[in-house]
Amino acid sequence: MGEQDAAGGKKNTGWRLFWQSVIARSYPRIIGQQRDLSWMLFEVIMPLGSVIAYVLVYRALKAPEEYVGFVVIGGAMTAFWMNVLWSMSTQLYWEKEQGNLALYIMAPNSMMSILLGMALGGMVATILRAVVIVLLGSLMFGVQYVVVSPFEMFAIFMISMVALYGMGMMFASAFLLFGREAWAISDMIQEPVNLITGLYFPIKSLPFWIAAAASVIPLTLGLDAMRQLAFPSGFKLGFLSTHVEMLVLAGLSVIFLVGAKLLLDYTEKLAIREGRVTEARR
Amino acid sequence: MPPYAIETEALGRIYKIRGIKKEKAIRRELVALADVNLKIEQGELFGLLGPNGAGKTTLIKILTTLLAPTSGMARVAGFDVTGSPNLIRPCINMVSGGESSGYGLLTVRENLWMFSQFYGVPSKEAYHRIDELLKRVGIFDRRHTKSSDLSTGLRQKMNIVRGFMTDPQVLFLDEPTLGLDVGASREVRGLIREWLDANKSRTLLLTTHYMVEADELCDRVAIINEGRVLACDTPSALKQRLQQDALFEIETTPLNGLSLANLETQPGVRKVSCQEVDGGATLNFILKEEAALAVVINSLTAARVNIKKLSKHEPTLEDVFVELVGHSMADMERSSMNG
Repeated sequence: MGEQDAAGGKKNTGWRLFWQSVIARSYPRIIGQQRDLSWMLFEVIMPLGSVIAYVLVYRALKAPEEYVGFVVIGGAMTAFWMNVLWSMSTQLYWEKEQGNLALYIMAPNSMMSILLGMALGGMVATILRAVVIVLLGSLMFGVQYVVVSPFEMFAIFMISMVALYGMGMMFASAFLLFGREAWAISDMIQEPVNLITGLYFPIKSLPFWIAAAASVIPLTLGLDAMRQLAFPSGFKLGFLSTHVEMLVLAGLSVIFLVGAKLLLDYTEKLAIREGRVTEARR
Repeated sequence: MPPYAIETEALGRIYKIRGIKKEKAIRRELVALADVNLKIEQGELFGLLGPNGAGKTTLIKILTTLLAPTSGMARVAGFDVTGSPNLIRPCINMVSGGESSGYGLLTVRENLWMFSQFYGVPSKEAYHRIDELLKRVGIFDRRHTKSSDLSTGLRQKMNIVRGFMTDPQVLFLDEPTLGLDVGASREVRGLIREWLDANKSRTLLLTTHYMVEADELCDRVAIINEGRVLACDTPSALKQRLQQDALFEIETTPLNGLSLANLETQPGVRKVSCQEVDGGATLNFILKEEAALAVVINSLTAARVNIKKLSKHEPTLEDVFVELVGHSMADMERSSMNG
């Protein structure tokens, strides 16, 4: 599929344009952000600091050794959560401030391709950070992994990422709509979310209904399932069976992606009707 | 092929200014555009000339599908902006003066490549076009420089390349030379003219508040103020309106309280505008006939205002603007900045 521009050059349309845009918008995150090495401090060293603190506490309390591994995986997943909460969610807002949003809306590609590109770029860039955290944490504390089903582990990880970044895509439109109010809410929920999603302890330790409510955040079940699959005694400490958790995560993925699309369409309509969303604050 | 590249009929846009959240009711309305009728033919370089806040950017936003009109109709490349924005978007592009689009961590070439992808230009073709255009605007040697390291002028040249790179049927340039030095502005103007001349199916709508730029570049110009189009014609036809008049520029010492209203009521004086400068003022007179100059000089002398320099000149677009609006563009921008 394609069409011609004024000079007769061919241009892609339809799905080719969609994926071309996804790849292009992921580029600044995958390539561009690596040029600013401050990520080493904010996205590796600082999460690793929390991991070290929790491991020292668990060891002092003589907790089961699996808990050390739980904390390392939790530390790695924190990188994704932070990326979704503070980078993915705020991105459209910053795009507006920078003047890119109007250019994105005006371009012939779909805005979903832009959002998906941001998510893909953020995810790929954060995988690198997460791998560094897992490697350093595991080496420092001698964590041993026994992955029973690598395929299932990979599937859980991928579906968790789709659900998590789907939520980020939805948040991105919400931030754009509500601006600083959304900011304040994110700031307010950050620590409670860190607690209820079980980033540094098994979610099963929480009362059932709190853990069930926390499962709305894809990080909770994704993390729980990965811990179950990565450690021999993980199943004993798991909240639900990995198959149920995978199904819930698949459901959440659909809900968040559809929600993101609907909210984005609404935001774009509002932008065009009221003319305030593409306008940077001056 | 559509008869007009851009067509508007009774186009209007009203912004609703809301109060604080507790007061849900709309407090006031701001008319940004009112009854705008324009027909721009394919191949034309059309200029929108007006001071800040005149409605130029609002009109461009409507035509680029970024803003819905509240009344009237607008068509671009034959498609309605409200009903078929998705058919318009592949045919257009826009560059604004002073914009900071793109990502500072990416190089000039990477930023441009990224934007080309949103228009479906295949990568190989995109790189070819980018390199050619960067050479044309003289920043090919900076193609691997991070855009955050570019000066304002170089950044604006990158933005201009972004607009041309997708080879749109209709290109919108909103104050493209804002912040550029004289040399860079000239280069950009050259590129604009060259791009249009290379293919007669291309159309360009340019907004500017630089009279000379509009005069030099545009095939036709619409003078816009307070959301209304006051005149629309070729620059020479617009200036022709003042051909019967005598235009004088007089540099004086401070005006000592002499008001413009007082000068305008003198017999034979049609319009006068004033620009206060250090230690004096520059007055621009549109007189019905040369003989009225004597009356003007008498009025100035009576107010103890000394004349430093007096010159007669041919009509410019600035004079046309003063004649239509009653103030010079510089005056209006100064007063809008002062609130």
